[in-house]
Amino acid sequence: MLVLEHISKTFNPGTPNENQVFSDLSLKVEDGDFITVIGSNGAGKSTMLNAIAGVFPVDSGKIFLDGNDITNLPEYRRAAFIGRVFQDPMLGTSPSMTIEENLSLAFCRANNVSLRWGLDFNKRKTFKKYLSNIPLGLEKRLTTKVKLLSGGQRQALTLIMATMKKPRLLLLDEHTAALDPKTAMLVNDLTEKIIETNNITTIMVTHNLEHAIKMGNRLIMMHKGKIVMDIKGEEKATMTIPRLLNKFEQLQGEKFAEDRVMLA
Amino acid sequence: MWQTMLLKSIEQGLVFGIMALGVYITFKILNFADLTVDGSFPLGAAVAASLIVGGHSPFTATLAAILAGALAGYITGILNTSAKISDLLAGILTMTSLYSINLRIMGRPNIPLLNQPTVFSMIQGAIENVFPGFPIRYLYLILFIIIVFVIKLLLDAFLKTQLGFALRATGDNPQMIRSQGVNTDFMKIIGLSLSNALISLSGALVAQYQGFADVGMGIGTIIAGLASVIIGDALFGEKSIFISTLSVLFGSFLYRFSISLVLSFRLAQASDLKLLTALVVIVALTAPRFKKTFKGFKISSEKG
Ligand SMILES: Nc1ncnc2c1ncn2[C@@H]1O[C@H](COP(=O)(O)OP(=O)(O)OP(=O)(O)O)[C@@H](O)[C@H]1O
Ligand SMILES: [Mg+2]
Repeated sequence: MLVLEHISKTFNPGTPNENQVFSDLSLKVEDGDFITVIGSNGAGKSTMLNAIAGVFPVDSGKIFLDGNDITNLPEYRRAAFIGRVFQDPMLGTSPSMTIEENLSLAFCRANNVSLRWGLDFNKRKTFKKYLSNIPLGLEKRLTTKVKLLSGGQRQALTLIMATMKKPRLLLLDEHTAALDPKTAMLVNDLTEKIIETNNITTIMVTHNLEHAIKMGNRLIMMHKGKIVMDIKGEEKATMTIPRLLNKFEQLQGEKFAEDRVMLA
Repeated sequence: MWQTMLLKSIEQGLVFGIMALGVYITFKILNFADLTVDGSFPLGAAVAASLIVGGHSPFTATLAAILAGALAGYITGILNTSAKISDLLAGILTMTSLYSINLRIMGRPNIPLLNQPTVFSMIQGAIENVFPGFPIRYLYLILFIIIVFVIKLLLDAFLKTQLGFALRATGDNPQMIRSQGVNTDFMKIIGLSLSNALISLSGALVAQYQGFADVGMGIGTIIAGLASVIIGDALFGEKSIFISTLSVLFGSFLYRFSISLVLSFRLAQASDLKLLTALVVIVALTAPRFKKTFKGFKISSEKG
């Protein structure tokens, strides 16, 4: 359903800061795939998600979603089919607006915003229902400003906002990395639950190798702008962390270097 | 004397308060340091006065002023979003061009309106016909209260629509609202047009209230608008939209009232006022509280 064809991207071309992240990146994501992505620092994981979401134009290559060429579609138009959660809990919500106002923005996603009221009785009821699925008590705090929430509460809210209107594709970029272990687990469980019940095609970047192996149906490892490993099915199901690291060393002839990698 | 001074300050606070609401939209909601203000305020006065002198109905003239202001904001928006000119410079470019344009529109630096019909004189005439004993002394006060509160409530309502939510989120977190499918460039243009339409309306009403339009009447408008927003924010904080816009109007009144105080006690000459106002804004912006809350100014100074 999502196809990246020979993508190349260089940041700051022609300057001393020139940085070629991709020279020829291709990837085919099947309908219903839940892909976990791991890779060393600076491998280009976030850049790949940004290219898919249209944060910047790619230099060459094509991106197709359900057969439609979306390479030149601006970010806000791709948002109609793509839901995102970022690593930084600050990025996914509007801090000076309330929980219900933020949810209302997500509720309108993919429709043109109009002069109709942003909130009404039915919407509030729907939002309460969504929020009561997570054990954070947010359903009682609809009129709280989001800036007063903790990082974990915000990420949970962002996740709900990204999936409230079922997206064709969900992009998660280390969305639990900034959270304490307990909250991270909660958000992670919520992620799995939402993806499975709604069968959402997902690409999730993580630095937690255990999660990468345990979650999803397909695992991709990136290194220096290339996909160096792509496993699924039986091979992924029987994968362990030592074997994963081993395989990387065999492929690359160097050690897997990720400062934040979690081995357990 | 006190009573007159208070009455005048409330009247001015209200009529300039419409301009302050415009400044509130760009600086506080949209997080856009828009300096078009100093041009769009006299633009409203110029358009309204020229049309009135040219024999058009004051209502048509005022409506035209609103549209002209919206157009000015639209141009600043296009300069910023399509031509990628920074928000400060885009506003300054429009403001500077408007100085020449306003002179063109007026054909001379000053248009007196003393013997011309205005929206106020027409309403006054109508009211005197229907209610002969009406306290004309309070006519402006009552009219301004009605006009300004209708505008305030409409603005409050707008900010609670889907479009209003998108506008607020554009100022608050553009990355997030783009990922929710909103075209932030479009939202900026909407916000700037709306803001400058209000500012221009304020200019048109001020010209008819004080009885003349002057090409130099825009100088320092932005600072007066900022001062009103800051004073209101300092007193009431950001509790809700309803309170925020109300506090802008109250800030506008307090600002005009302090100016009359300073002048009536001869603490300063009229020509010192701009300096004093600038000092008030500087002090307020360096107070730690505003570093956080006054987004428009903070972000732009970090960028620049
Ligand atoms: N907007 C940008 N402008 C310039 N360079 C960028 C930009 N975004 C990313 N880069 C560069 O692209 C390279 C890949 O970055 P990217 O963020 O995709 O890595 P990553 O795999 O997500 O790493 P991490 O695990 O550290 O998040 C890095 O060298 C980074 O400095
Ligand atoms: Mg990254």
